[in-house]
Amino acid sequence: MADGGDAAPALLELAGVSRRFGGLLAVDSVALQVMQGGIVALVGPNGAGKTTLFALIAGFLKPDRGRIRFAGRDIAGLAPHLICRRGLARTFQIVQPFGALSVRENIAVGAHLRHAGRRAALAHATAMAERVGMAGMLDQPAAELTIAGRKRLELARVLATGPRLLLLDEVMAGLTPPEIAAIVPVIRGLADDGLTIVMIEHVMQAVASLADEVHVLNQGRLIARGSLAEIAADPVVVEAYLGHGAAAKLGGGTAGVGGG
Amino acid sequence: MVPTSPSAVVSNRVMTPHRLLAVLLVVTLLAVPFVVQSSFWLTFWTMTLLAAVLGQSWNILGGYGGQSSFGHAAFFGTGAYAAAILQVRFGVDARLAAIAAIGFGAIAGAAIGMLSFRYGLRGSYFALVTMAFAEVFRIIAVAWPLTGGGAGLNVPLHAGAATLQFVDRRGYYWAALALVAISIGLAAWLERSRFGAWLVALRENEAAAQALGINIFRVKLGAITLSAALAASAGVFYTQYFLYLDPGIAYGPGYSIEALLGPIIGGTGTVLGPLIGAISLHLLGRLATAATGGAPGLDLAFYGVLLIGILAFLPRGLTGLGAGVNWPSAWRRSRG
Repeated sequence: MADGGDAAPALLELAGVSRRFGGLLAVDSVALQVMQGGIVALVGPNGAGKTTLFALIAGFLKPDRGRIRFAGRDIAGLAPHLICRRGLARTFQIVQPFGALSVRENIAVGAHLRHAGRRAALAHATAMAERVGMAGMLDQPAAELTIAGRKRLELARVLATGPRLLLLDEVMAGLTPPEIAAIVPVIRGLADDGLTIVMIEHVMQAVASLADEVHVLNQGRLIARGSLAEIAADPVVVEAYLGHGAAAKLGGGTAGVGGG
Repeated sequence: MVPTSPSAVVSNRVMTPHRLLAVLLVVTLLAVPFVVQSSFWLTFWTMTLLAAVLGQSWNILGGYGGQSSFGHAAFFGTGAYAAAILQVRFGVDARLAAIAAIGFGAIAGAAIGMLSFRYGLRGSYFALVTMAFAEVFRIIAVAWPLTGGGAGLNVPLHAGAATLQFVDRRGYYWAALALVAISIGLAAWLERSRFGAWLVALRENEAAAQALGINIFRVKLGAITLSAALAASAGVFYTQYFLYLDPGIAYGPGYSIEALLGPIIGGTGTVLGPLIGAISLHLLGRLATAATGGAPGLDLAFYGVLLIGILAFLPRGLTGLGAGVNWPSAWRRSRG
């Protein structure tokens, strides 16, 4: 699997990572390499294990087996706050704002990781808010934000911790097309500034415009990787999404999709 | 872009009505020893301040940190007993004993925090565990010869600055006021420090706090240790004031409830909530006694009804008054 890129070591490297919940093998011997720089998308049908994989990488779950290396050091099983301190941060699919705090105070919590002083943290928070386009909402209570606002807040807060690698878990889910169009350049800007991004995303329009490489996860296993065009043409991927036999029917061009 | 002094923006938003209230409180509390002549009312105000200190100690952990303890007597009593035992049994200088007692309180807090937070106890489980610890401490105090058992422990009367005993009861009032000032200073520091920001963050959402690099175990442990040290200082004050302790006073549920009631009535997670709550509760208690003309038990029933009223209509406490009154839905409908 891990072909190419032998010259530079991967920023994030997973080998044989597995996690079982009772009878369900949620993540099954996943091997993955993410190089420094750029945007990688992780796609797959619902329940494929994408969020579980993120939780394993970020330390919220411990892998049963396998190796996770970040920036050349083993991080498997480390506590989430230690992983964040090393520069690997995640956002949550279900946004988790600190509801009683303002937008600025929310982001300052993240900024405090690198800034001990309150004033410095608040100033850094303001800068991060500007970066994600929230400069006008700094004093708004986080509990009153719209979904789009909360997604941006989630992003700004995590950015404030000064990460090298960002795991974005469906930052576009629930957004309207104009809201998606507005956040795409924000994420592109982060990558242009040198951040490495791994994103779980169902919005294919966003994946198409952002991701350099797409990995497909199905039933806990990585089944394909490549450009969006490549994986869209891959019969294994089509079957994962549409069911067994779908690729043959679509590929054959016959009209017997609902046939029997 | 230059940020326009972020802290100034924050303080302009919340502090203005509160600042007025704060000034009013300071003036009132400074005037009490000069205005109040009866020893009854001086004691009343001294006990109110003691409750405010204890309330603030609860507020640090329960209000800012969201870890509601039902057993703050464990820390209050440890401070009280440590101060008494060190003086009576070991002849330690009162000032030294007071400092050591606060240290013992902090150790008790750290130990209970270590045990409960290590295993991720939260919400009602944490509340129950703290309650159980206070009860265990009470039983130990009954059984242990060092504490004087159920008969209690007397601290000999030796008035003087060196023994931290005041002939003029006003001295106690000033000491209590100083403790209140320290406790409020601690809360104010929490609101503008990294530790405080982390503490509030984990109260709001533990997973999100961890994702932002916060070691939630360490922050909770710090909060319970600080909270316990402050509660122990209130316990030391109790010992020096009454010069008598027994297990029921030190570790009974009375001070555990006193600790949490004030902040809840006054407003949890606010700087002035515990003080405002303590003053309101104590005045309410007096009002209840006066209104019922001293009929046994009736004052407590009246007091209870008043409390229920406050909790029903002001879920954010008295300092949340600015945010409006929470009318029951039936009333709201009839009011159009």
